[in-house]
Amino acid sequence: MLTIKDLNASYGAITALHGLSLEVEEGELVALLGTNGAGKSTTLKSICGVLKPTSGTVTFLGEEITGKTPEAILRKGISLVPEGREIFTSLTVSENLRLGAFSSYNKKRYQADLEEMFELFPILKDRFNQPGGLLSGGEQQQLAIARALMSHPKLLMLDEPSLGLSPTLVNQIFDLIAKLRERGTTILLVEQNAERAVHLADRVYVLNTGNLEFAGTPDQLEKELDIADVYFGGDGEGHHEVTL
Amino acid sequence: MIFGEFVINTLSLGSLYALVALGLVFVYGILKLVNFAYGEYVMVAGYSMYILGAFTPVPWWVTMIVAVAMAALTSYLTELVAFRRVRQKSDNAALVTSFAVMVLLQNAVLLFVSPRARAVKLPSAFSESITILGVVTPLRNVLTIATTLVLLLGLTLLMKYTVLGIAMRAAADKFTTTRLMGVQANLVISFAFIISGFLAGVVSIFWVGRSASVDPLIGFTPLLIAFIATVIGGMNSLVGAVAGGYVYGLLFNILSITLPASMISYRDAFMFMIVILFLLLRPEGMIKGNYTEERVG
Ligand SMILES: Nc1ncnc2c1ncn2[C@@H]1O[C@H](COP(=O)(O)OP(=O)(O)OP(=O)(O)O)[C@@H](O)[C@H]1O
Ligand SMILES: [Mg+2]
Repeated sequence: MLTIKDLNASYGAITALHGLSLEVEEGELVALLGTNGAGKSTTLKSICGVLKPTSGTVTFLGEEITGKTPEAILRKGISLVPEGREIFTSLTVSENLRLGAFSSYNKKRYQADLEEMFELFPILKDRFNQPGGLLSGGEQQQLAIARALMSHPKLLMLDEPSLGLSPTLVNQIFDLIAKLRERGTTILLVEQNAERAVHLADRVYVLNTGNLEFAGTPDQLEKELDIADVYFGGDGEGHHEVTL
Repeated sequence: MIFGEFVINTLSLGSLYALVALGLVFVYGILKLVNFAYGEYVMVAGYSMYILGAFTPVPWWVTMIVAVAMAALTSYLTELVAFRRVRQKSDNAALVTSFAVMVLLQNAVLLFVSPRARAVKLPSAFSESITILGVVTPLRNVLTIATTLVLLLGLTLLMKYTVLGIAMRAAADKFTTTRLMGVQANLVISFAFIISGFLAGVVSIFWVGRSASVDPLIGFTPLLIAFIATVIGGMNSLVGAVAGGYVYGLLFNILSITLPASMISYRDAFMFMIVILFLLLRPEGMIKGNYTEERVG
């Protein structure tokens, strides 16, 4: 569904991605992991058109979308839940959701979609007419996900959706991701919470300072980590933290 | 009744300044760019009125509609031809471009029309007076206030209840995220320029209405007033711009009646002093928009 080939991306003189290749198949949940500054957000930004890659190609559903505008790429069916939620704080919850449906608005379907979002995120119904800025962090994250879903994406990209949330809310978010995946949404998930992401994922990529360090199934990742443990004499748990 | 006269004068002047400030801030809100060519949209509308009045037999209301449309069109075209190309480059490039557009439009008029002022034919309503609540006042004062109220109401409805309005507010807050919703950057920006030019056109009718003439430098004062009023009111808020316009009108009128005759020519200097003192106390202006400063790229 999504194919990235030899992607290079940079911020001025800083190169953030060195020839990254990556693939997401239809219906898959792919986890993209890595330490701070590894280039995870940069990868998502390059896919959705916020950042123009310096070289390489992004292909989606057989069509090259490299360097297209964010608004054009959204229309192709890729929706991003950005790092830090990026809620429109001065707009109400209702208006945030309305913008989510900007590209594909259909009055009848819109009402049904809203009902569906209220079912997934009951809090949004209670807060429907409040400014987004008055929502708590967890509520904002739910709004950000709901807003992204309003466009009926074929591929949903989530950038650290559990960041800064309480353990209960983290559980809720992961439950929700599992639910979305069951509904058949293809998901590319960036997470700091590596263990939980790996647990959910069909396949995993690990980035390290802009280079691909691992690509494979969760099982393969486990094995590789065990081997690494043997070589470096790490204590399993600790090594997870360092590698991911 | 001197107080009644003061109130009507202030409301009328404040309304005009509110419109002029609002037009400037519409573009600033989205692009974070002070468009120095803004005053020239006022000029374009002024010359449209002059040309239609002097050389064609069209009725006055057609003249006015065409003048406003010309200002909106000029604004739209300056974005399309000039700003769109430099937008992604740098803030300074856009600022310099706005200067260039200003000078270009001014010189075009100097060259093709005349450096001297031209008389503009106005409908008789602009020279009539009416009596309200015992106060005799020019009818155009009342027209200015009424027009402003209608426009403010219309714009409020537009910004609050239409998708385009919601998208405009979102874009002023977080431009890139707005694009991630599928909102075309060019749509939002073009729309901001059209509204900006439209407001400059309406302002032009009443501005020209006071002197019944137009000259190549007519755009400078509206630009300056718009700039100061938005700085007073808060650059990041539409409501702030309107409030700033009315406050500016009020200050101006207070100074006009309190300053002794010998000092009246220093009125602008006093205005600036008050504004600077105010900004020292409250640099963000009267109304602090909760928007983030984000460059549009
Ligand atoms: N706007 C920017 N300007 C300059 N450099 C940037 C910018 N954004 C990211 N970088 C740099 O690019 C590299 C990759 O950053 P990126 O945001 O993709 O990391 P990340 O994997 O998402 O990290 P995190 O887990 O902290 O979100 C880092 O070295 C970072 O310093
Ligand atoms: Mg990141």
